[in-house]
Amino acid sequence: MSATKAPEAVAHPAPAARQHRVAETISRFRPAVIALLILLIFGGTTIKNSSFDGLSNIQAILSISAVYLLLSVGETMVIVTRNVDLSVGSTLGMSAFAVGEIYNHDPHITMVVVLLAGIGIGAFCGAIIGLITTVARVPSLVVTLAALYIIRGLDNIVGSGVQIEPSVIPHSLVSLGYSTVIGIPWLFVLVVVVALAAGFWMRSFPAGRELYAIGSDPEAAVLAGIPVARRVFTVFVISGALAGLGGVIFLAQQATVDSTAGTGYELIIVTAVVVGGVAIFGGSGSVIGAVLGALLLQVINQALVAAQISAFWDSAIAGAMLLAAISFDRLISFRASRALVATEGVSYVE
Amino acid sequence: MSSNSGTATRPPRSLLRTVRRWESALVVILVAVLAFGTIESPNFLTTTTIFFGGLDIGQIAIMALPLTLIVITGEIDLSVAAMLGLSACVFGYAFEHGTGAGLAIVIALLVGALGGSLNGFLITRLGLPSIAVTIGTLTMFRGIAEVVLGNNEVTSYPTGLTVIGSKPVFAHLAYPFLFFLILAAIYAVVLHKTSVGRSLYAIGLNKEAAFFSGIRVNRTKFILYLLSGVVCAFAGIVYALQNDSSIYTAGQGLELNVVAVVLFGGVSIFGGRGSVLGVVLSVLIVAASQVAFTLINISSEEQQIIFGVLLLFSVLVPNSAAGYRRIRAWINQVRTSAPAPAAGAGAEL
Repeated sequence: MSATKAPEAVAHPAPAARQHRVAETISRFRPAVIALLILLIFGGTTIKNSSFDGLSNIQAILSISAVYLLLSVGETMVIVTRNVDLSVGSTLGMSAFAVGEIYNHDPHITMVVVLLAGIGIGAFCGAIIGLITTVARVPSLVVTLAALYIIRGLDNIVGSGVQIEPSVIPHSLVSLGYSTVIGIPWLFVLVVVVALAAGFWMRSFPAGRELYAIGSDPEAAVLAGIPVARRVFTVFVISGALAGLGGVIFLAQQATVDSTAGTGYELIIVTAVVVGGVAIFGGSGSVIGAVLGALLLQVINQALVAAQISAFWDSAIAGAMLLAAISFDRLISFRASRALVATEGVSYVE
Repeated sequence: MSSNSGTATRPPRSLLRTVRRWESALVVILVAVLAFGTIESPNFLTTTTIFFGGLDIGQIAIMALPLTLIVITGEIDLSVAAMLGLSACVFGYAFEHGTGAGLAIVIALLVGALGGSLNGFLITRLGLPSIAVTIGTLTMFRGIAEVVLGNNEVTSYPTGLTVIGSKPVFAHLAYPFLFFLILAAIYAVVLHKTSVGRSLYAIGLNKEAAFFSGIRVNRTKFILYLLSGVVCAFAGIVYALQNDSSIYTAGQGLELNVVAVVLFGGVSIFGGRGSVLGVVLSVLIVAASQVAFTLINISSEEQQIIFGVLLLFSVLVPNSAAGYRRIRAWINQVRTSAPAPAAGAGAEL
């Protein structure tokens, strides 16, 4: 069947090339499409509830989303290498709790130390996960699933009977949760800086590009001389560190924390990242897209409240968004892969 | 990936091979947990603990069975617990609107079949990755459950049915656990004694080879997802009746527990390896250790650590020999060459 088609396609290589280009263009504009969706939802909601596009409301949405956006940056890097990090929620909880404990012992400690402590705890968790994944070469899904339980359990042992009172959290940290610079929340500025740095690194640095190579074909990456284990280890450390930083922000926003902080975040983050155009099996996607995907889900969440549609619809819409996003991606890549089938004579493509 | 190979063919049985099977390790762990519980607490092996242990693990155990088959084919279904919640809510909604328990059960099972078909359609017809699809349907099913019941809670089901949560069926066995054992027997026969079961391993080991050897890969997977939806809907009905309550948060967050139970049972996440026996043993270990640790006042949150460590071991132990060689090689490399810390990846730019 394919044998009869193949010569025809080879004779006309131009359409295949064009289809590739179309797919490429659309996937490159993915972030723009999501940004447009966000604006549309904003506009639509404002018609129903005129206070929705108020400055204070936009500021609130941006601050509330900060933790999710931050975690989605790390998760993107991990997923691009064809791994997954399910431990981010637990790591965030551990970091938030540990930082609260530091304040319990010394309420006057400077914020820099606190931030470094949070990041350090996260990076340490990430490093252990990265080591187990790369040295033992076991699937990261299982390792991070185990880590999700272990870290959460440790969190409970440390946290049992300890109360983090809002009074011990200094004003300097709490104000980080809501203060703004030229109208933009500090937290959002922080997220944008982190996302741009990560995005730039993955786009323009050899080590960042290698993440894509690893995700596209891990075995080929090894043969190409890419230090696969080292890169994968690095992304787990970064993902852990960002989850740790997320923990500090979580504490700044809530001013109190218990051992359930961050429970269930892992699947929300993966959903956001995939909506943002990152392929679940690695090799493609951008940090900017993932961050916008996370923002989109948060905006939908807030818009439902503002438009006085029952908030119960929130999860149903988020799930449908994810299915729509991956179906859309599939539709675009379908033409490209059909062209590939025709040109290369592959009759069975996964 | 190489660790998967050579498991579908049946080698001549040798004692060493039997000892090295993960199921043997699970038996040892189960005996250890039982011994530990008996020594630590005189209340461990009593009729009450057997009943409540079975009751607590019931739904996770039931959902683990269809997931086992799906993981063996190299796919995953994360929507199981959300389907439980949706089914419990639909069942409650129908019952509340006067359909009677019998019709409500049928409706809930139909919803399960529908949800399972949606998963199956997206995965086999559109060729989407199952992990992404089922995270999506997980969120969506839970959302629909929220929409169906809102903040309502449906209670006061007929006492003739809620008895499954309050009385043992026989020999102190809880109804949900009995359902699990019956289903496990059916699944074990289908998986290990039929050609359909064997074809699941073939799909998991090499999808293309399975396709070319005449196995209907997509149809088989579709049926597995359909069945998964129905069985999880059944678990949802059991949940609603056993707790005499339907709320939209029913079973929230259980999906990862179910996955963990299946993986701990020795089912390879890459597909092609695993057995129903392993999953049953895994369920028994989790149930027994939950009871034992609760009796000696280790909180359920702290028990997560033990569970996580066991899960980690379930993938590390089969890989341990190769891992040990790699660590030795790595140490030698570090010793001979200048130390290059792995974390310095960014610095070398």
